[in-house]
Amino acid sequence: MYVAVKGGEAAIRNAHAWLAEERRGDTSVAELSIAQIREQLSLAVNRVMAEGSLYDPDLAALAIKQARGDLIEAVFLIRAYRTTLPRFGATRPVETADMACDRRISATFKDLPGGQILGPTFDYTHRLLDFKLAAEGGKEVQQAEQAGDAAPAPVPHVTGFLNREGLIEEAPRDDTPPPDLTREPLEMPADRALRLQALTRADEGFTLSLAYSTQRGYARNHAFVGELRIGTVAVEMDIPELGFAIDIGEITLTECETVNQFTGSKTEPPQFTRGYGLVFGQTERKAISMALVDRALRWEELGEDDMGAPAQDAEFVLYHSDNIQATGFLEHIKLPHYVDFQSELELVRKLRREAGAEPMQEAAE
Amino acid sequence: MTDQAYNFAYLDEQTKRMIRRAILKGLAIPGYQVPFASREMPMPYGWGTGGVQVSAAVLTPDDRFKVIDQGADDTTNAVSIRSFFERTAGVATTTVTTEATVIQTRHRIPEVPLAEGQILVYQVPIPEPLRFLEPRESETRKMHSLEEYGLMHVKLYEDIARHGHIATSYAYPVKVEGRYVMDPSPIPKFDNPKLADCPAIQLFGAGREQRIYALPPYTQVVSLDFEDHPFEASRADHPCGLCGAVDSYLDEVITDDAGGRMFVCSDTDYCETRQAAGHRGKDAA
Repeated sequence: MYVAVKGGEAAIRNAHAWLAEERRGDTSVAELSIAQIREQLSLAVNRVMAEGSLYDPDLAALAIKQARGDLIEAVFLIRAYRTTLPRFGATRPVETADMACDRRISATFKDLPGGQILGPTFDYTHRLLDFKLAAEGGKEVQQAEQAGDAAPAPVPHVTGFLNREGLIEEAPRDDTPPPDLTREPLEMPADRALRLQALTRADEGFTLSLAYSTQRGYARNHAFVGELRIGTVAVEMDIPELGFAIDIGEITLTECETVNQFTGSKTEPPQFTRGYGLVFGQTERKAISMALVDRALRWEELGEDDMGAPAQDAEFVLYHSDNIQATGFLEHIKLPHYVDFQSELELVRKLRREAGAEPMQEAAE
Repeated sequence: MTDQAYNFAYLDEQTKRMIRRAILKGLAIPGYQVPFASREMPMPYGWGTGGVQVSAAVLTPDDRFKVIDQGADDTTNAVSIRSFFERTAGVATTTVTTEATVIQTRHRIPEVPLAEGQILVYQVPIPEPLRFLEPRESETRKMHSLEEYGLMHVKLYEDIARHGHIATSYAYPVKVEGRYVMDPSPIPKFDNPKLADCPAIQLFGAGREQRIYALPPYTQVVSLDFEDHPFEASRADHPCGLCGAVDSYLDEVITDDAGGRMFVCSDTDYCETRQAAGHRGKDAA
């Protein structure tokens, strides 16, 4: 005797309750605060802000807490919140040349105006587990030595130096309003502004792997990190009632400009070319990856050959880079599909019967 | 969540207007996939975000809403989407097909014929019927605009050459008003004939793929086939174990670990209505 399974509602309710319990974990361990996540897991917060396309460290920290540390789930929470927010207007383009840099390095020049600033980087740490961190109530961390109080010198962009000699392609100013990926459906072909917009919110892992593939020969285009800078920039907005722009806040950005070899093509002379990455927060790996993928996607405008490499294929890259879309579609296959499966069952049984593989079989009831 | 913090049916009015424009365009060009700026919804892509956005755009406070997944009102995702609109739109809900004004569905068309004034909203995973023949969107859009559907016919022909049958049992492609080849969403091909000449409005929403398409009432919809291999709507060759129906689509349910199984209607409302009217299948209590 068969009774159809009922009670989906109660099952969902109980699942949610259990989830909340698991999220909290052992109650004898102190609960994480949003501030702790924001301050001590700041790189996770940065990633959630970047891929969630919403600059709000507190909300990103809340999302990480709610998502039990699953960063893609946290990005999803932020995206779903972001989409409900009203739009008041657009800011002016941020001026990264005026960035107050925490970190600024160039791999192409030993020294340069503005200097090399190492900043808070893992680069030269030895990856040895620091068991002192495991000892609770440890001593206060050592304070970094502050540089002098002198006003920071301007930090001009490295690519500007190359530009003076005409060695690198021009990046002419373009005031065309960029398309808005979140308000218009993505349609191909996508111009560079749209591609960069998609890449800056793209999944870090996907972008990293694509960039890596270009380094290993799939549309190889050797990239030098002309400059990598991390710091804060002012966000300005024109206020119509005032008639001028005012600062409405500041945000941390990571910007990467690559300088790529280019031997020239039918249409372009031999010169260096550019790849560009710009990402919310301290998100160095992502910004460098973005610059490499950006450069690979520019093959057509530069008159390069289509190597058939994944990183050159804008449709492939842009349609598969969004981790919220990807994870949603991937995970939906765990939803019930028994109607479709049933029709496939019928078909396979019919084909097997005709192929003589299986005798007519009545359902044993 | 304080539900008052959100607009009626969750989406803001600007977004709903954008979606309604896409729907109207879709109704004006039956079977044509209209790109629309799909929003992130509070449920994942793949869970019916396209259908949810279409439902949000067409629902009014007077509507009576029904949600089915695999034909059933009580599957977890149907329950979840129904409660989403109960919370954000406060609309009345029902499980009775004939009482509903808007029905959101995943993978089925109700057994009871729909009527004028009803809207059937399909959740669509891959709106492009040509996608698995040509992965590039830029190419498939070109093929649609040139009405170049040879590739699809070749695929169906190759099925017949290899298996003696067209080996597509769900998401079976159709041609709309002699023009666009359309994916009917992953409904079993048993449901395909119900698409045609239907008095209700049929709307298809694909959130992740950012496409909406539509069939206005009484549209001609033809399942692709060949003269010598005509389309055949198939179902398991059994009566329903609970209500005895011989005209409904059946789910196969495994009842023990010794090969025991039974067949029951996938449309739970249809089955329950029949049982209430006194119809009994051989496995009914």
